[in-house]
Amino acid sequence: MTDTTLMRRLTRRPADKLILIATIAFAILWMIPMLWVLVMSFKPNEVLMRSTAGFLPYPFTLENFINVIRIATVPRWLMNSAIVATTMTVLVLVISSMAGYAFARLRFPFKPAIFVMVIAGLMVPEQVIFIPLHTMFADWNMHNSYTALVIPRIATPIGVFLMTQFFRAVPSELEEAARLDHASHFTIFTKIMLPLSLPALTTLGLFTFLHAWNDYLWPLVSATNKDMYTVTVGLASIQGNFAQSEGIGTLMASAVFASAPIVLLFIIFQRYIVAGVAMSAGK
Amino acid sequence: MTTIDTGQVAASQAVAVPKTPHRRRKSDIVPALIFLGPFMALYAVFLIFPLFKGIYISFHDWELAGGYREWIGFFNYEDLWYDREFWRATGNTFRFVIMAVPAMTALSLVLALALRGQDRIRTILRPVFFSSSVFSVTVVTLVWGMVLSPDRGLVTPVFEAFGLEPINILGSLTWAMPALVIATLWWGIGLPMALFIAALGQIPSELYEAAELDYASRWRKFTAITIPGIRRTMLLVLVLQIVLQFQIFGQAQLMTNGGPAHTTETIVMYIYNTGFRDWQIGYATTIALALFVIMLFFSMLQLWIGGRGDTND
Repeated sequence: MTDTTLMRRLTRRPADKLILIATIAFAILWMIPMLWVLVMSFKPNEVLMRSTAGFLPYPFTLENFINVIRIATVPRWLMNSAIVATTMTVLVLVISSMAGYAFARLRFPFKPAIFVMVIAGLMVPEQVIFIPLHTMFADWNMHNSYTALVIPRIATPIGVFLMTQFFRAVPSELEEAARLDHASHFTIFTKIMLPLSLPALTTLGLFTFLHAWNDYLWPLVSATNKDMYTVTVGLASIQGNFAQSEGIGTLMASAVFASAPIVLLFIIFQRYIVAGVAMSAGK
Repeated sequence: MTTIDTGQVAASQAVAVPKTPHRRRKSDIVPALIFLGPFMALYAVFLIFPLFKGIYISFHDWELAGGYREWIGFFNYEDLWYDREFWRATGNTFRFVIMAVPAMTALSLVLALALRGQDRIRTILRPVFFSSSVFSVTVVTLVWGMVLSPDRGLVTPVFEAFGLEPINILGSLTWAMPALVIATLWWGIGLPMALFIAALGQIPSELYEAAELDYASRWRKFTAITIPGIRRTMLLVLVLQIVLQFQIFGQAQLMTNGGPAHTTETIVMYIYNTGFRDWQIGYATTIALALFVIMLFFSMLQLWIGGRGDTND
């Protein structure tokens, strides 16, 4: 077993053992804030008014979660986030993989120049262009719509960059064989490239979804109607009022509620996320 | 006519065939338009155009609502130069970056060193440090706002245990900014840590084995093998972090709202307030462009240092 070899190594090297113990302690410290919030979400508000101490959900109640679903607009915000993040992920995957295929496998004039122009876009952060974008959508009268929340954030240079890198690494023999059978570019793309790039697509999809779900600045300025808030903006809007009032437990429950889908996604796809980081770092 | 044409075709084939064994492909302009078109159209409309529109807006006295706009040339830029509030926000942002970036880089490297390897304990511990990155800024600030709260927080018992009077950390001129740094570290450590773990995994183990034979000390191995081996990643992490942390907004807005006494008001917060509280988007885009110039400077610095490093290899 790995554990016995590990133990042997630990006993051989006392310093390693110390480091590991320190790291475990640090990891526990790291999780305490999360656990505390989770525990508070299961405690009655009246108890929390008196004391927020303790790491046991006792007395236990589900009242906070029921409050969140019943009173607050949290379910509506969750739905908005789900719609925005899902649409954005699908569109980013389609558009970036198509563009990546063009850059990696097609011949056309000015390709290097166009590619450099796209990559240069990595240097333009959202914070620099969100005001002009805001005026554009205001002119089109399109704020407070799903389109406004999704469309301006689909053309991400990083997606194109990742997919181009990935498609370039696909051996050209596969493509040549298909070409001899007179396969069209569309067939090569859908039947050869896309199935091969499933790991890359998964990683890009996960990061896009995470980013879209947690995005703050653009939804904050674009969605001014309470019904069009995403979870992130919605929670921010109730934080100030709740924290000082009697609704601490409910506030914590809404945070847990808002994070649950993303935590679940993280638990399922954890290894793809870490692998994706390694991939995007480049070798 | 026809004879010349076939002759030309035959001649061009005769030239082309020996060059490449396969049939020579011509330019794929039509498929390229189809595959690249959607991206480029969106890219042009939602990235390139807004960038230039931002520059255009910055030459105006332009109000968010009401449609008032007047060309004023470089007046916004002149204003910016003499704007005490802008320089204060820039100073605050630099202060945040100077605290957050080295702390983030060092802590993520230490964690990566402790958590590399494939044994079970480490594979369980790694996601712990990565997991906080999946929360939105709203949840992170909610959690840390609670933890640091003077009357209900987790830090109060810690203060009391040391016999100290609990202080209102987020309301303190000295401690508000470091508190934002700590929340940011907790939130963002996962990505640089994973980058370092990936980089450490690519250092050939023979190097360590050879050092082991020479009875090299832990520190010696770290400085002679590990650090040179991850130099590029270190640079990448530093620049990514600098560019990322310069954009700090959510933590400052939600945890301290720029206070106390404007000590945590950052550049993006100032942009947001100027544009969406005071409705002066002409001036707000000018500040945004100034931020862009600062960030470009650091990106270029990376390209320059990175390029110089390569020639030395």
